[in-house]
Amino acid sequence: MSIQLTINKKKVSLDIDPNTPLLWTLRDHMSLKGTKFGCGIAQCGACTVWVNGEATRSCVLPISAVANADITTIEGLSEKGDHPVQVAWDQLDVPQCGYCQAGQIMTAASLLKKKPKPTATEIVDGMSGNICRCGTYHRIQEAVKLASDLASKKKSSTTKKSA
Amino acid sequence: MKNTRRSFLQKTALATGAFCLGFDWFKAEGKAGAMVASAVDAGRFNAYLEISSLGKVILYSPNPEIGQGIKTAFPVVVAEELDVDWKDVEVRQANLDTQHFERQLTGGSGALKHSWDRLRKAGATARQMFIQAAAQTWKVDASTCKTAGGVVLGPGGQKASYGSLASLAATMTVPAEPTYKNRKDYKIIGKRTKGVDNANVVTGKPVFGLDIDKPGMVIAQIIRPPFGATLKSFEATDALKMPGIVDVISFKNKVAIVGQSTWQVMQARAAVSCKYDGQNLESESTHKKWFDEGMATDKAQVQRKDGDFQAAIAKAAKVVEATYECPFISHSPMEPMNFFADVRADGSVLLAGPTQVPQSAQKAVASLLKLDEKKIEVELSKMGGGFGRRLNNDYALEAAELSSLIKKPVKVMWTREDDMTGGIYRPAVRYHFKAGLDASGNMIAFYLRGVGLNAGNATRQDNFPVGAIDNVLIESVNQVSSVTTGPWRAPITNFLGYAEQAFLDEVAEAGGKDPIQMRLDWLARAKSNPVGKITYEPDRFIEVIKQAAEKSQWKKKPGVSQGFSVYFSHLSYVAQVADAVMVNGKPKITHVTAVTDCGEVVNLSGAENQVKGAIIDGMGHAMFAKLRFNEGVAAPANFNSYRLIRGNEIPTIDAHFVDNGIAPTGLGEPALPPTGGSVANAIYAASKKRLYRQPFDI
Ligand code: FES
Ligand code: FES
Repeated sequence: MSIQLTINKKKVSLDIDPNTPLLWTLRDHMSLKGTKFGCGIAQCGACTVWVNGEATRSCVLPISAVANADITTIEGLSEKGDHPVQVAWDQLDVPQCGYCQAGQIMTAASLLKKKPKPTATEIVDGMSGNICRCGTYHRIQEAVKLASDLASKKKSSTTKKSA
Repeated sequence: MKNTRRSFLQKTALATGAFCLGFDWFKAEGKAGAMVASAVDAGRFNAYLEISSLGKVILYSPNPEIGQGIKTAFPVVVAEELDVDWKDVEVRQANLDTQHFERQLTGGSGALKHSWDRLRKAGATARQMFIQAAAQTWKVDASTCKTAGGVVLGPGGQKASYGSLASLAATMTVPAEPTYKNRKDYKIIGKRTKGVDNANVVTGKPVFGLDIDKPGMVIAQIIRPPFGATLKSFEATDALKMPGIVDVISFKNKVAIVGQSTWQVMQARAAVSCKYDGQNLESESTHKKWFDEGMATDKAQVQRKDGDFQAAIAKAAKVVEATYECPFISHSPMEPMNFFADVRADGSVLLAGPTQVPQSAQKAVASLLKLDEKKIEVELSKMGGGFGRRLNNDYALEAAELSSLIKKPVKVMWTREDDMTGGIYRPAVRYHFKAGLDASGNMIAFYLRGVGLNAGNATRQDNFPVGAIDNVLIESVNQVSSVTTGPWRAPITNFLGYAEQAFLDEVAEAGGKDPIQMRLDWLARAKSNPVGKITYEPDRFIEVIKQAAEKSQWKKKPGVSQGFSVYFSHLSYVAQVADAVMVNGKPKITHVTAVTDCGEVVNLSGAENQVKGAIIDGMGHAMFAKLRFNEGVAAPANFNSYRLIRGNEIPTIDAHFVDNGIAPTGLGEPALPPTGGSVANAIYAASKKRLYRQPFDI
């Protein structure tokens, strides 16, 4: 029996074990390798994607549970890689090895969607579920702040344009 | 001209007019003329940099990127001396090429140090050849020409871009010794340059080893035996019937489950059971016993002896003595081990994946499978961290062996549990220190014995404060264990630095001295009248200490308790002051000031990232990490109980660098060794509790 998924706005139909975690579905069956495997037990956040806009760990999420949900991965966060969080990550040169960063970015972008102007504490708390073994935490926290600033600037300039 | 491949290439190249500068590492050692330039395509020889007639600058990075930023730092050095704008540069990863690159290895913080002179030479040589080409065209003296942003400027206002000069420049004589820039004219070195891989990383491009996907590839996981055990039998009848499973096969005490997809392999793996044989498998109690025996034995290896320690300690007015211990820990890079191998019937092999030492992977696979090294191709992927783990190619060899057995291209992936329990750890070590002080609190005798489990020499016998103390005895004992160990970021010093710097804090306290002044006094002694051989430069030590004292406002911050440490490793010097306060009756590290002397800072952004990352790494592992063994099996196995430091547990960090223009030294590692010490000493200052073992019990 095939399962229908909506991934990065595209509908796909897959004929695989419905217990397959979303992470391995993305990586092995859809060639979407941006979502990373770090622990497989919902501890590190490397596999973070959005399910209906909520940051969710895909390593423990069977696809049967998300059949009708709207899924966004790092590849679908923005068309040109210019989401304010991606821009901030590049500007502040956050990555070291880079492996954890897709998960960090998906967590950060979801945090900012809920709280466009997070306080310093909200940033620290909101990002602490994601491990970075290279220890880029300071820059991650600074980049969330920068992304928030960039997003509000972008908004005010688009409002002006449309006015 | 005969229509050989060579002439074809030359013609093609001349048509497009590319300038390629190559570098022969082997002939380069101190000899002139080792650099070669040509107008043929870069792929044909040892290309270093390539400039097309369109002005595109391609710099090749021979070393694979593991997170310490050399893929960016290397080209920065070339671009600086070449005098081009960084925005016009494209960096490409060179694959393993033993003909052309000598040191394709990431480790020992040595990548940049080793290559500094050569990289500068490559850039400066090319620049000079562009000047010569322009001077010849304009019929002016080369010495009257300058360069800026990839353009040669003539004395009469002439201008020619490198691109327009490319094919002519390629015919110029390669200068034996080019002229270098003055460091005050640096435009890129010392500034902030963003990582060249950032765009790929933030958009989730498949650049890591685990992302490798090749036609016909199957996926495998491997069950590895407890340390010291042998595989007696395994049961896989059910697993073999499961969907997508291709094979379950054993080799070298391991059992590999091979299938079409990761999830199918994981499911089948759960249905495989293994039986092992093993006697006297190691447990925590075994390791404790070995430490005790190592401390008691009279067969320790003497690593250093100055003066007469026994006589001096006998007449000391005060003796300070302490034992420190550090457990086995895992490297746990964020990307677990994995490797792709395709061993083909014709004896050719494709290896692909994350390794710090591609050349030794090639050699080891050739000898394991008795194949011709030249037929083994190695593709380098980006690495999701390494911390020393990827200096060992066990996982690449395993993949190659499995591919040769199943006769298929295969990617072996380790789960986190495999990665944490599958071996190659930082060795566990116990240290015993003894110091004898005279009546005025000066250390006159210093003793250290390091007992390591598969640690080799667990001491660094020539390191400071040795050289400043009259009577020294340093010994090591290595206990052989079946638990596999290897280099872990800042090998040995990552725990020795902690133990020693914490012990010296005890010595200062017992002698009634300020920990900073005590070290400065010793360094003055080591400088004016060293005891025996020293490997460090006292002046550079003194400078980082003084700056750290000043920048941290040592002992001048009201309500804050501070701990000091300083360490020399990988030829760099790092002094640290950690600040601690008591929160709800528990000490908390709030801030760390670090002053680093790593010579010239090539990329400030990367350097800051390395120092802060190393401090967070050092602090996290000192506070939380430990592996225990039970009958040869390591535990814990995943991040739920093997705790890594998180973003809400870090102090603020100020990273300062000494500006001295000395050739760059190590940076990926040296900020780590002093961290355990500064943190332990700050915690002591705040809580009066000494921390004698990692992970810290606070
Ligand atoms: S891989 Fe899913 S949280 Fe770690
Ligand atoms: S950048 Fe390496 S794990 Fe985060």
